[in-house]
Amino acid sequence: MSVDKNIVAKIANLARIKVGEDELAPLVGELNNILDWVEQLSEVDTDGVAPMTSVVEVNLPRREDQVSDGGYRDELLANAPTSEHGFFAVPKVIE
Amino acid sequence: MTDFTKLALSEARDGLKKGDFSARELTEAHLKAMQDAAELNCFIVETEDQARDMADKADHMIKAGTATGMTGIPVAIKDLFCTKGVHSCSSSHILNGFKPGYESTVTANLWKDGAVMLGKTNMDEFAMGSSNETSYYGPVKNPWRAEGEEKDYVPGGSSGGSVAAVAADIALAATGTDTGGSIRQPASFTGLVGLKPTYGRCSRWGMIAFASSLDQAGPVTKTVRDAAIMLESMAGYDAKDSTAVDVPVPNYEASLTGDIRGMKIGIPNEYRMDGMSDEIETLWQQGIQWLKDAGAEIVDISLPHTKYALPTYYIVAPAEASSNLARYDGVKYGLRVEGDSLDDMYKNTRAEGFGAEVKRRILIGTYVLSAGYYDAYYLKAQRIRTLIAQDFARAYEKVDAILTPTAPSAAFAMGEKSDDPIAMYLNDVFTVPASLAGLPAISVPAGLSTEKLPLGLQVIGKAFDEETVLKVGAVVEEAAAFSAKPKIWWGVK
Repeated sequence: MSVDKNIVAKIANLARIKVGEDELAPLVGELNNILDWVEQLSEVDTDGVAPMTSVVEVNLPRREDQVSDGGYRDELLANAPTSEHGFFAVPKVIE
Repeated sequence: MTDFTKLALSEARDGLKKGDFSARELTEAHLKAMQDAAELNCFIVETEDQARDMADKADHMIKAGTATGMTGIPVAIKDLFCTKGVHSCSSSHILNGFKPGYESTVTANLWKDGAVMLGKTNMDEFAMGSSNETSYYGPVKNPWRAEGEEKDYVPGGSSGGSVAAVAADIALAATGTDTGGSIRQPASFTGLVGLKPTYGRCSRWGMIAFASSLDQAGPVTKTVRDAAIMLESMAGYDAKDSTAVDVPVPNYEASLTGDIRGMKIGIPNEYRMDGMSDEIETLWQQGIQWLKDAGAEIVDISLPHTKYALPTYYIVAPAEASSNLARYDGVKYGLRVEGDSLDDMYKNTRAEGFGAEVKRRILIGTYVLSAGYYDAYYLKAQRIRTLIAQDFARAYEKVDAILTPTAPSAAFAMGEKSDDPIAMYLNDVFTVPASLAGLPAISVPAGLSTEKLPLGLQVIGKAFDEETVLKVGAVVEEAAAFSAKPKIWWGVK
């Protein structure tokens, strides 16, 4: 499988990264090099093999559904590029 | 007078305990070394005032008799760990100015034990790299240079600043993180010990995520004993990381008995790669002989899926990274580049905030997770990951530990591989399989290349059996008697 300019533009949009028209061609080459290289995985017979979901065999721990920590609104907002009235602020999304 | 910066962590600990010197004196010597070696670009941020405060606190602990193995030890912290109120950006521009309001569990454990933070170390951006050349803050220079050369060499990556700081005697030890080899390969490139513990041994809470099913914190030190002391402080269960495993942390130093008689050491045939240099093969054979001489039994083993580990990793890790790095959107922290709309703002911010290698991996990750390709790439890779883990499980029915080279070469010159991603990825060919299987592994300095650059050997163990890894590593260390140091070319002119 390989990618072309249209696919790279589509992925870049999905990943929300602005990619200029002039950057598409080099990216097509770079990504196809990597995809060609990983293509060798298709020669491995994986029929009946379960995909790994956890690298160590553990049961996820459970706890009571209770608030154990919190109340850091201002500390968190201190790192925001912009905030207003105790909220993160973003460009207007509704006209 | 003792040059405090030349001490091993264990020697510094013993000297502090005996009262030969104070934590403050030890810290001042390292702060001076940090100033003198600014040219190496190991540190992004130096935390001198904090270091002095922490050293004074350590001196109080020593006087009060509450000192631990790490009390008063000056350490460097990889920029990937969140440290409260201090620059924590994973060497990325997108986290520009981020100062967390909380402390990672691993660093909190170190501070609780009285360790002293010198500063935050440079690294590949978001730990994506094997040469420390992808950092927004510029490359780190390896203190080591090939004999007779005046050009700069890479320290390996992604924990490049951490290893350079320890190799240049700026820090007694450093924290690193390892996703596919980011502790072990740079340790090998700089003549140091680097230990990646079992996945789940150290809490990932407060570590800036790259690939969550692989990321694991570990120590970078001058000796195996130092690694044992530091891991004991870093490790432990943490309710804030659901993948941190609730098993007791042993006294790792006690495992260093030097006695490996009767132990079975596996030599995987598949780690003999095409085009592998003779000096790596020779070093490996030497390591096998050392372990034989110490009374271990050498067993040939097969890890049949080894050659598929690297391409598997380059699907799984970018997939997880594309998901983890979705949080950098210009809203909650770091950089924001304005745009005409919310979407435009996201795209501008991420275009400017991420470097080329990070973008490449996000795009690959997005592609392999996208509709229509998920099964062919991501699920396929996760199935092969199962096969790789099964290879190890089968081998461990017969052996106690596995010996391999750490990296396929010694450190290379800066810029030599930065235009060829796949050549760069191949640096991790021997370290990635253990990462995919979640196993503990250590790199121990074992010799010098023909160019007089350090080379390491790797010991891989069973899950949660860091003790055997350390024990065998210490035997390799003692037999190798590696005492070479980089010739000092940096510093105040």
